[in-house]
Amino acid sequence: MKTFFAAILLVLSVMTLSARDIRVVDYNQLKPYLEKKNDTIYVVNFWATWCLPCVKEMPYFQKIHDQFAGRGVKVLLVSLDFVNHIDSRLKPFIQKHQLTPEVIVLNDPDANSWISQVNPAWSGALPATLVYDRQSADFYEKSFTYEELEQIVKQKLENK
Amino acid sequence: MRKKMLLPLLALLYSLPAISQGYKVGDKATDFKLKNIDGKYVSMSDYASAKGFIVIFTCNHCPFSVAYEDRIIEIDLKYKELGYPVIAINPNDPVQVPADSYDEMIKRAADKGFTFPYLIDEGQQVYPAYGATRTPHVYILNKENDGLIVAYIGAIDDNHQDVKAVKSRYLEDAVNALMMGEKPAVDFTKAVGCSIKKAAN
Repeated sequence: MKTFFAAILLVLSVMTLSARDIRVVDYNQLKPYLEKKNDTIYVVNFWATWCLPCVKEMPYFQKIHDQFAGRGVKVLLVSLDFVNHIDSRLKPFIQKHQLTPEVIVLNDPDANSWISQVNPAWSGALPATLVYDRQSADFYEKSFTYEELEQIVKQKLENK
Repeated sequence: MRKKMLLPLLALLYSLPAISQGYKVGDKATDFKLKNIDGKYVSMSDYASAKGFIVIFTCNHCPFSVAYEDRIIEIDLKYKELGYPVIAINPNDPVQVPADSYDEMIKRAADKGFTFPYLIDEGQQVYPAYGATRTPHVYILNKENDGLIVAYIGAIDDNHQDVKAVKSRYLEDAVNALMMGEKPAVDFTKAVGCSIKKAAN
């Protein structure tokens, strides 16, 4: 009987994990994620499942997460997928690509009010990436190779 | 003498980055000659009676572009009567994005019943000259004595997801101002969009 309940519990917990809830935020709620002042280096990627170059570089962000998480680097994936596509597209994408960095959905249609707050240089095109620590922030409206991304992170680690 | 030489040189140096980044509001826009979905070439000079143009860089594949298709048709129907027709330009390289090929443009325009020219930026010369970075990306041009002047750059409105929740119709407000002989109160906005896909070298 005990094993039966244990099995049920296990199944339940696996189910919750796979359907992990994704936080949906507006810009004001996202803002604290973009200006943390601690010892961590934050790599914040703005992307969407429908954005071809974003999808192409997604494995690189996963790799940065895998390689550098233990060295004080945190990858945050800010998805601009439409809210009604979270269950039908975003969650299956995360599962298929086994993405483990934190994913947040930014749902704030009045983009003109917040794009320049993320960085004045951002036109609004995806993909875009913000790499920051307590000392400085660098912004990139472009796609990366893994080597480029790794170089940026290593540079930040050296300057820490 | 040396100083006199230096000044124009400095001015030239300072103006270089501005050129590479495309137009700013107030700049004079150059005309183009691009192939439409009907096989004919379209230039702004073809429109003798137009008071200006609503140039929209947009494409087939981008969900933000798709979300705005119906609104772009409405805007064209409303404003071409008033002298400001829509001209849509697909800036993407079809090799990078097969969904944005010329044939697919023809299909999409037919499916949606586009009421405006839908041009392909063959050779990708026009979008960098304008400074477009994403789709959709709007440039409103106003015909003035010395040519076509950029009067507004940016988004169509402030809500791509829900047309009923739109509060600011940036594009329409700007054209309405121009028709009143005024400068748009808001002449530059940003929006999330798909990056323009450049051909591989």
